[in-house]
Amino acid sequence: MTTPLAEVASSTSTLRAFLHGLPGVDRVGADARAATLGTRSIKTTAKKQAIDLAIRMVDLTTLEGADTPGKVRAMCAKAVHPDPVDASVPSVAAVCVYPDLVPTAVAALNGTGVKVASVATAFPSGRSSLDVKVKDTELAVAAGASEIDMVIDRGAFLAGDYLKVYEEIAAVRAACGPGGAHLKVILETGELATYDNVRRASWLAMIAGADFIKTSTGKVAPAATLPVTLVMLEAVRDFLRTTGRKVGVKPAGGIRTTKDAIKYLVLVNETAGPDWLDPDWFRLGASSLLNDLLMQRQKMTTGRYAGPDYFTLD
Amino acid sequence: MSERLAVRKTYKLFIGGAFPRSESGRSYVVTSSKGDFLANVSKASRKDARDAVTAARKAFPGWSGATAYNRGQILYRVAEMLEGRRAQFAAEVADADGVGAKKAGELVDAAVDRLVWYAGWSDKIGAVLGASNPVAGPYFNLSSPEPTGVVAVVAPPSAPLLGLVSVIAPVVVTGNTCVVIASERAPLPSITLAEVLATSDLPGGVVNILTGSAAEIAPWLAGHMDVNAVDLTGAAPDLAVTCEELAAENLKRVLRPAAKPVDWLADPGVERMAAFLETKTVWHPIGT
Amino acid sequence: MFEYAPAPESRDIVDIRPSYGLFINGEWVEPQGEERHKTINPATEEVLSEIAYASEADVDRAVEAARKAFATWSALPGSERAKYIFRIARIIQERSRELAVLESLDNGKPIRESRDVDLPLVAAHFFYYAGWADKLSHAGFGADPRPLGVAGQVIPWNFPLLMLAWKIAPALACGNTVVLKPAETTPLTALAFAEICRQADLPPGVVNIVTGAGETGAALVRHPGVDKVAFTGSTEVGRLIAKTVAGSRKKLTLELGGKAANIVFEDAAIDQAVEGVVNGIFFNQGHVCCAGSRLLVQESIAEEMLDALKRRLSTLRLGDPLDKNTDIGAINSAAQLAKIRELSEAGESEGAERWSPVCPIPDRGFWFPPTVFTGVAQSHRIAREEIFGPVLSVLTFRTPAEAIEKANNTPYGLSAGVWTEKGSLMLWAAARLRAGVVWSNTFNRFDPTSPFGGYKESGYGREGGRHGLEAYLDV
Repeated sequence: MTTPLAEVASSTSTLRAFLHGLPGVDRVGADARAATLGTRSIKTTAKKQAIDLAIRMVDLTTLEGADTPGKVRAMCAKAVHPDPVDASVPSVAAVCVYPDLVPTAVAALNGTGVKVASVATAFPSGRSSLDVKVKDTELAVAAGASEIDMVIDRGAFLAGDYLKVYEEIAAVRAACGPGGAHLKVILETGELATYDNVRRASWLAMIAGADFIKTSTGKVAPAATLPVTLVMLEAVRDFLRTTGRKVGVKPAGGIRTTKDAIKYLVLVNETAGPDWLDPDWFRLGASSLLNDLLMQRQKMTTGRYAGPDYFTLD
Repeated sequence: MSERLAVRKTYKLFIGGAFPRSESGRSYVVTSSKGDFLANVSKASRKDARDAVTAARKAFPGWSGATAYNRGQILYRVAEMLEGRRAQFAAEVADADGVGAKKAGELVDAAVDRLVWYAGWSDKIGAVLGASNPVAGPYFNLSSPEPTGVVAVVAPPSAPLLGLVSVIAPVVVTGNTCVVIASERAPLPSITLAEVLATSDLPGGVVNILTGSAAEIAPWLAGHMDVNAVDLTGAAPDLAVTCEELAAENLKRVLRPAAKPVDWLADPGVERMAAFLETKTVWHPIGT
Repeated sequence: MFEYAPAPESRDIVDIRPSYGLFINGEWVEPQGEERHKTINPATEEVLSEIAYASEADVDRAVEAARKAFATWSALPGSERAKYIFRIARIIQERSRELAVLESLDNGKPIRESRDVDLPLVAAHFFYYAGWADKLSHAGFGADPRPLGVAGQVIPWNFPLLMLAWKIAPALACGNTVVLKPAETTPLTALAFAEICRQADLPPGVVNIVTGAGETGAALVRHPGVDKVAFTGSTEVGRLIAKTVAGSRKKLTLELGGKAANIVFEDAAIDQAVEGVVNGIFFNQGHVCCAGSRLLVQESIAEEMLDALKRRLSTLRLGDPLDKNTDIGAINSAAQLAKIRELSEAGESEGAERWSPVCPIPDRGFWFPPTVFTGVAQSHRIAREEIFGPVLSVLTFRTPAEAIEKANNTPYGLSAGVWTEKGSLMLWAAARLRAGVVWSNTFNRFDPTSPFGGYKESGYGREGGRHGLEAYLDV
């Protein structure tokens, strides 16, 4: 596929000139803006709307060495009916698993509308050859994953080898197949360290063909933060204006409470704009968040505070 | 044989580094404390005052932008030159104040020492009046003193040299430029000082000296919208009130006459410098 | 669409009396004059309370009380004065929600600002100066600096309680006593502060609050028993005050108007610059003396910057000041609204292009939408006069030298902003701006440790930091 701004990737030097020509990000200013948006008070009808939207945006995730088919099947059941006693609770957007468990998830979710996402490319470190990464991706796609969450080579990025990062993304993009799986590119912002790097990596991923840019693997601290997500939302907003192509954003890791989730929705609403307030364009990578959303939702329905015993573990 | 006839000096104004006569063509007679004729001195007009402000404003960017070290060196140079003319100044002070030669010499010495003292302040006042402020947030926050601009100075009528030096030095060492109205009664040391200034690397216009009537000229300076501050140390009480009222029009900084007579030999402290310094505070975020 | 439901802060927390007397010598006293006026909520025009307009005789009583209290207050050890001021700081923290609501009700500012900016700064200011009270001999003003006596203080309506704190905290720390006149449209938090003085057991007469308008302020300023005058407000009134105190021994500090330039260079961090410009002029409805009311943007990025700015302004939420999600509250008074309208109309008739986001305006109360003027020339009134409202004038420049020249081309000199990622350019610009506060890559930040005050017609003297002590010491 052709990607806008592909010409800037014709060499390391043109890529570097482009990425370093992006406006800088002042950390203190970005933090202050995110903090201010974090004070928005979302109550009553708005909160109800936000909770359901947040549920629909969840990529319910399990990425453990101890994952088993049983664990994945249980999670898939929860993804479809997060609250078995309340049918009005929507399904989540997707489940996110390792490549070898994709067949299990695909079987469990067949016909439910809940998508299967798979991490790939030697997740979470990304430390392998391009061949292995492409193969990893092909395996997941062949097994039926409709979304691929790849990691970038942070080492190459920090070494200034932007072209290598670009080419890997483009290769994985190709491995997703034409019109095939959606590609989410994980920047691992906790390792990129600066907001300037987050902005550059966001643009790099988008130019290389990312459908989504995603903050974190969840294996590195800090994972998603509001200001990092703010910088990424600014990037997708500006990328659309520059190229006409819309890219989604997925913060992942560390989002545990309804309050956190709503802050992210406010951030989307007032940064990229309401057009991104849709599971097609914004996802929340999380696991324990879902139960908190359900508890808050129940509180709003019944007027009572809920307790964890009344919600399923997975 | 008769004594040689002395060549008398013409006492003119000092504006923009030059020595013009008053544009008004006026002069007045200056006598010694005993009443003997000393000189015909230029009597500055409001237009001379205006020209002096223009010269001071023109000199401000360069002088305030000079390094503090450079300003200190130039003031020290002024002290050196003053010391070199010790005898001439002592004679003028003796004539003006009616003091003996020894006392007059001491007053000149004090004036030289005062200049040396202030010269040393140029690169230290920032450390004393500035501050690094520990704000409650991720910001670098620094306050530094900066010169306020053009200062109009009414020099004290007494202490024609020491008083004069004591009001000019703090104004200019900190980077201001000034228009000074010299003692009306005893202006001769001021013009001799101007000759020192003119030959001491001090850029033209940094110090401008007007001789004449403070009562006539000071209100024009106090009301001038391109003057930033007035030092009314030498203004008589009524004149000081008038000038302070006029100064309000553009919110000039005003240094009022002291409540008690000033002992010019005493340690001046930093107050005269502080009076004509603004504090600028710069904020900048700290982050990666 | 994601519509935020109303999220109003409860106003039950405040208890406003139907009418207030004057706070003199630790007591509520009836004014000797007859004049009373209503103070209203500018967001609804609802009457909140009725306040006295203190007469000359009332002011005289207050000054006398302050004079009497001065003897004992100034003789207290600094450590004891400190403890009273620390107490006040703590009570303000404890009652901060109540005071924030009261401030928003009387002033019209968004609760988010009164809660997150005004009140924390008020408490911090008292806390900071409390600590100075027993350290004055180390402050660089001599071994035993003495207070001045009775301070007459007149404060504006834009940050009512914060301006009170800026005035009263250093005055008390230095050992002065105070007669303070709050603005006639926003007296309620000052009156609540009087109660706080009582809760703190502050000795009677140390703080006196006299409400009223210009006449009351003038009586205070010219009162012969006042040793120190401190005023924050318009340059016009500042001039009058400077004339009034001329020839007296009263020490004077003035914090007046401004027309700050916010300079955005082409290499700026654009998203933060947009935030800074928004915060610079739309914070507190632009009722800020140091507001960045002139945007000077480098021509090479002007179009991009304006697009981003307009997009951002479209997200501003104007409305109920007590709603926690409100960004732009009400204009403080009908008179101020009329002034903003008049200058905005002048901007249009002088040929500048006016733009505001789509923004529903409530039916009652005083409101003005965020407004941007482009194509503004230096000679336009909107580029020269202080509007004191949510109105931004945009000008462009080509080179750094031109930016500085335009920024300084004003009789004011309170604040300025510089946006660049290049450190040397920032320091170059900061050094050349004739303004008392230069915010670079930020704007409208305040801190009790940081001196604040202007150059030129923006007034003289500094508030905050060690510098702020000088205004209240006999030095």
